[in-house]
Amino acid sequence: MTADAPSAAAVKAAAPAVRGPRARTGTRYLRYGAGKVGGAAVSLLAVLVTGFFLFRLIPGDPVKTMTGGRPISEEQLAAYRREFGLDLPLWEQFTDYCGKALTGDLGTSYQFRAPVIDKISEALPNTLLLTGTAFVLYTVLGIVLGTRSAWRHGGLGDRLNTGLALTLYSIPSFWLGLLLIIVFSVGIGPIPGLFPTGGMESGSEEGFAYVLDVAHHLILPVVTLVAVEYGQTLLVARSALLDEMGSDYLTTARAKGLRDDLVRRRHAVPNALLPTVTLVFVNLGRTVAGVILVETVFSWPGLGGLFYQALSVPDLPLVQGLFLFFAAAVIVMNTLADLVYPLLDPRVGR
Amino acid sequence: MTTETAKGDAGARTAGPRALARQRRRQSVVRFWKQYRTHRAGLAGLIALALFALLALTAPLTFGSDVAGVTGAPGQPMESPSAEFPLGTDRFGRDLLGLLVWGSRVSLLVGLLAAALSVAIGTTVGITAGHFKGAYATVLMRITDWFLVMPTLVLAIALATVLPRSLGTVVLAIGVTSWPTTARLVRAQTLAVESRPYIERAKALGGGHWHVMSRHVLPNVMPLVLAQTTLMISSSILAEATLAFLGVSDPNVVSWGGLLQDAREAGAVSSGNWWYLVPPGIAIAVVALAFTLCGRAVESVLNPRLGVGR
Repeated sequence: MTADAPSAAAVKAAAPAVRGPRARTGTRYLRYGAGKVGGAAVSLLAVLVTGFFLFRLIPGDPVKTMTGGRPISEEQLAAYRREFGLDLPLWEQFTDYCGKALTGDLGTSYQFRAPVIDKISEALPNTLLLTGTAFVLYTVLGIVLGTRSAWRHGGLGDRLNTGLALTLYSIPSFWLGLLLIIVFSVGIGPIPGLFPTGGMESGSEEGFAYVLDVAHHLILPVVTLVAVEYGQTLLVARSALLDEMGSDYLTTARAKGLRDDLVRRRHAVPNALLPTVTLVFVNLGRTVAGVILVETVFSWPGLGGLFYQALSVPDLPLVQGLFLFFAAAVIVMNTLADLVYPLLDPRVGR
Repeated sequence: MTTETAKGDAGARTAGPRALARQRRRQSVVRFWKQYRTHRAGLAGLIALALFALLALTAPLTFGSDVAGVTGAPGQPMESPSAEFPLGTDRFGRDLLGLLVWGSRVSLLVGLLAAALSVAIGTTVGITAGHFKGAYATVLMRITDWFLVMPTLVLAIALATVLPRSLGTVVLAIGVTSWPTTARLVRAQTLAVESRPYIERAKALGGGHWHVMSRHVLPNVMPLVLAQTTLMISSSILAEATLAFLGVSDPNVVSWGGLLQDAREAGAVSSGNWWYLVPPGIAIAVVALAFTLCGRAVESVLNPRLGVGR
């Protein structure tokens, strides 16, 4: 990605066929990209350090927390200490932990007796399926509804749209999920149970039927996630477009006789889209929260469900590993968005 | 309006600077309220909040203080709504209506405290980062950006897991993870305020950092902070419910999120006992929405860019 990006920018800038600006745009982008990647590296390091100290320096013995206060013999305590490397001095633990984390070794889950990284890679595809589907849907829905709302701001449609988005935004996602399960899976009154109550598959299907089965299980979790997340995108897209509304270029576009619909689609929305996309990525951290809750409620076998299982023990190595993973994933996604951004918007990164 | 202006003029002639300042402040509050009143949604939010506050404060009078006791619960476990128990009973036979009203105390209290902590951190970081520019501000804003991108709920959960289970932990976990938006907003406003000439005048007259920040910048960012606090309360209440639902809050305290967690554990979902689940969720949503509506109304009164002007 990083290697391809500058050439793409250069190709775009090369249209006027002048050599100078072309080279300059490339270097500029490289400098911008290097800055972003460097910043991300610092952030990742900060996550690593936070992960270490959060789970070690905070009051209480990690082993005691791990065993949940159950009575435990001295030998067992010592055995646990050795197993999790807690008998070493703190700085040695830290270097050990950093080295291991960088090679992908996140320790051993206390609960599953399996490497944390294995548990994560098992659950990751399921989470990507759920989150990816929901992410695309709520971003598109939020942008479409938000820009429409802003274009006719103050009107009935705008008020209804914003009101609904705000209401859904104020609803706890887990509660909405539980209600959907009661209404559509368990069935209430005349409504029969239409969807499965949880999980990802019935287990008996194969081939195409398997795909349909997973899709059937996917509907309610995705609906829940989209419902609680699209409001944020809607509000951001709405205010981004409202910022553009008074601009001179829109007056010009209208003055040259463009239809209102085209002024919106061709001129206003593309300009409002860019800040929206940035914020969509900044808000990914919030989406992680939604994913954890929705997966918990629907027993979806993904990272969020795993996090909940880890919490209820509490299985500290797994909680720590997932903490590192979630934080790193969000930082990497944001950096990718930062790197793609100037290719979409020539005003950025100069 | 005209009579007030006349009064203000009269005050300027007769009273000292302090009285004058007080009068101006009172006038701006009146002006604020006049504009706030025109926002119907904000007004509805305010009324809803007043009702909930009343319910929460009078809980010991309306329902005795022993609703949360598991022993000697008044009803049978999992009763449907009836005349005696309008919302039914929970898995121990406790009155759900009473639990709901008592739960409002915890949800509101944690929401308010966590929001206060978060806004206090955010305001301090924002003002100092805007006032002391240079390396200090750069480092501080880097940290802010880091927190802004982080999945804060995961961080809060991690904090709540390793700290002892108590309401204080929940307040701390929400407060220390949710301040970055406030910090960014306050810093932007601080930069705008500090570029005005009267700050230069204050510095020329010998005003130190503390004087400028506390006497000139803080009063000017206060309206923004107020709006931000209202919005933060809403998200703190949601965060509290989430933490309680995930079981990392104090298990001995009755809160709305805790009630939902109880309901799920008691199998209310699979047996279709919607009456166990619906009221706490509605309560959370209504209070969170009410705070959001108030916050947005305050924001649009104070922010001339949204077209309401002063």
